[in-house]
Amino acid sequence: MNKLFTQTLLAMAVATAAVGTAAAKDLVFVSWGGAYTASQQKAYHEPWMAMNPDIKIVNDDSGGGALAKLRAMQEAGNLTWDLIDMTASDAIIACDEGLAMEIDHDTMLAPAPDGTPASKDFGDMIVSPCYIPQIVYSTTFGYRTDLVGDTPPTSINDVFDLEKYPGKRSLEKRPINNFEWALLADGVAPDQIYEVLGTDEGVERALAKLDTIKDQVVWWEKGAQTPQLLADGEVVMGSTYNGRLFSVIEEEKQPIAMLWDWQVFDLDGWVVPVGGKNEADVLEYLRFATDTQRLADQAKFISYGPARASSAPMVGKHAVLGIDMGPHMPTAPDNAKNTLLYNYEFWADNLDDMNEKFQAWLAQ
Amino acid sequence: MSTTVESIAAEQMVTADGIPLKVSLARARRRARNRALLLVAPLFLFIFVTFFIPIFSMLFRSVENELVGETLHRTVPLLQNWDESGDAIPGEEVFAALVQDFAEAQETKTAGRPGRRLNYEKPGFSSLFRKTARKAEKLEPPYKEAMIKISKDWGDIEYWRVLKRESGKYTKAYYLSALDFSYDPEGNIVKNPGEESIYIKLFWRTLWMSMLITVLCLVLAYPISYLLSTLPARSSNLLLILVLLPFWTSLLVRTSAWIAILQQEGVINDFLVFLGFLTDDGRLAMIHNQVGTIVAMVHVLLPFMVLPLYSVMKTIPPSYLRAARSLGANPFTAFVRVYMPNTVAGIGAGGILVFIIAIGYYITPALVGGQSGTLISNLIAYHLEASLNWGLAAALGAILLGGVLVLYLLYDKVVGIDNMKLG
Repeated sequence: MNKLFTQTLLAMAVATAAVGTAAAKDLVFVSWGGAYTASQQKAYHEPWMAMNPDIKIVNDDSGGGALAKLRAMQEAGNLTWDLIDMTASDAIIACDEGLAMEIDHDTMLAPAPDGTPASKDFGDMIVSPCYIPQIVYSTTFGYRTDLVGDTPPTSINDVFDLEKYPGKRSLEKRPINNFEWALLADGVAPDQIYEVLGTDEGVERALAKLDTIKDQVVWWEKGAQTPQLLADGEVVMGSTYNGRLFSVIEEEKQPIAMLWDWQVFDLDGWVVPVGGKNEADVLEYLRFATDTQRLADQAKFISYGPARASSAPMVGKHAVLGIDMGPHMPTAPDNAKNTLLYNYEFWADNLDDMNEKFQAWLAQ
Repeated sequence: MSTTVESIAAEQMVTADGIPLKVSLARARRRARNRALLLVAPLFLFIFVTFFIPIFSMLFRSVENELVGETLHRTVPLLQNWDESGDAIPGEEVFAALVQDFAEAQETKTAGRPGRRLNYEKPGFSSLFRKTARKAEKLEPPYKEAMIKISKDWGDIEYWRVLKRESGKYTKAYYLSALDFSYDPEGNIVKNPGEESIYIKLFWRTLWMSMLITVLCLVLAYPISYLLSTLPARSSNLLLILVLLPFWTSLLVRTSAWIAILQQEGVINDFLVFLGFLTDDGRLAMIHNQVGTIVAMVHVLLPFMVLPLYSVMKTIPPSYLRAARSLGANPFTAFVRVYMPNTVAGIGAGGILVFIIAIGYYITPALVGGQSGTLISNLIAYHLEASLNWGLAAALGAILLGGVLVLYLLYDKVVGIDNMKLG
């Protein structure tokens, strides 16, 4: 009896140990889905899983609502995510709210091939101590080449010019970017935009400028809407993320072209949620997936610029289309003649207030 | 003689084990009741745990405000002695406490949340708190000057007034925002100017659009349900499947289909241009506005009206109408005076179902609503997901819930909730 008991225990212990080593571990990574997650899968996840055969990366496409879900999960004490892809402004909020872990970039991430520490290589892109930037993307305009006549639009003023370019435009349903563009088109000097916008008169001025085209605006909330509206000919021009425009122009061959004037740069990157169950694995992954080569690799699959300075010269050709990706990067010199960088500090303070004004203006 | 025996027997009637019948019966009934209660107990518990607790804990956020007082636990008690109606900012003592609080908050990484909380009241608090927390540890007295050197906002009395006002355990600020009120720089509650008010406008819009959608659903569903209930089973089953088929289709697919149909380069516009009713430049705008929201929502919610109507109409014997006709009513009178009153239960059920779903709807208006078709629920979703202002979202939700309950009571008074039949 006693012997049988011991044997059973022993067998169980062996079985548990066997299961413990053989069972694959799942890491849940949250990102935006679609072409973007696919590019991460190819450039980061697959090579890393090949090196770590016992770990499986599971993609969760809840990108847009990640901040709210992360907060709800942490309040409930049941975090099921290991790593989250966020825009920089969301990452700043997550860091403020204590939802994301602070990162020591130099010790946790790989240095550049020439030995430059990560914090230098990423430079100003590290907009929050919790943030590990991956890509630079831009919000910019696309227009229908067949609906604008012989003189295609070249400047942000053309978006607000209904006489020269009649027809609908699509703009994002939030004040960010639209206020800046409105003020630029209204003649405010680029370096004074936030000074002007910080006053009530400045906000009124931006809204008054937007008022001139309000009847002709379709407001979008999801990045896929403008490409669809352009492809359907519902709008003449519209703002969206440059990668979405790249895919509708180069992959779907629609009669659409880019209007890069005053594109607004923004960042996308990783944050590690506080209290994740697989922190050690995640940090190991991050060290690999955010090194110089891996960030450059992502640009083979999507037209977003790598966030490391050292990755830029390594950007090559598109993996499927075979076209040179350099000229399609928002950071390419020809595209980046006039650019704004998303003003994180300003919008962190003013978004709630200005959004109320913007929504009230919309509801009028 | 025999009557006396019976009455005595009734009084002393006992069961086999000698307990009076009355007691024994009562005991049996109590046991049955307890058993019934035990049967529903899991349901009660389930509803309590999954419905009441989450909803009320969420709604509680609309008044809860412990964050600021918790983080600045040295500063807040000292602030109570400061007179905010004057024009002097607090003294060195308060600043010293503030520096300590911030140094502690920096260590525990808790300075961000109260900063964001106060930023809802006054833009600027968010970066002020972040900046101050980063530098608080290294500050040297006099703290007042040192803090104002970090940011001149600390020398601005308006920030101090907001800080004092929102340092209590509870706040009414969320409800004020949700009803389009705000504080002026002196701390008085004022109504937002017309062009800056959103929520009241959207509450009204949500209300009338939901009512319109309910009425449209009723007008469309009534003939369909009548047809379904009068056709022979074979063909009515087929039609019922046609009603249910969209019901089983993904909501997003149906909404996207409406975009394809209604948009300016869409099927209807193309057809009208082809027929020559419209010029190519004069295409109708039927989506990304109220029309789009109403059309798509009526379509999505139609089955909720058809099904209760159908199930009620099915039970009305055709002989009623025949009797009315044979008593001299013309077909119209017979239908209006005899048939329709019999369907009130279905109209009530369908109406309340569609209305209550419509008033909280947000996916369809978000996709096809544009600026004029946005409903209050879209803003609730925005504050939950994007701005993370859960307090305001909870206040808006509580007001919406309150409004629906008032309408429900009104409905009960006018129509009577017992007259409702869900199927």
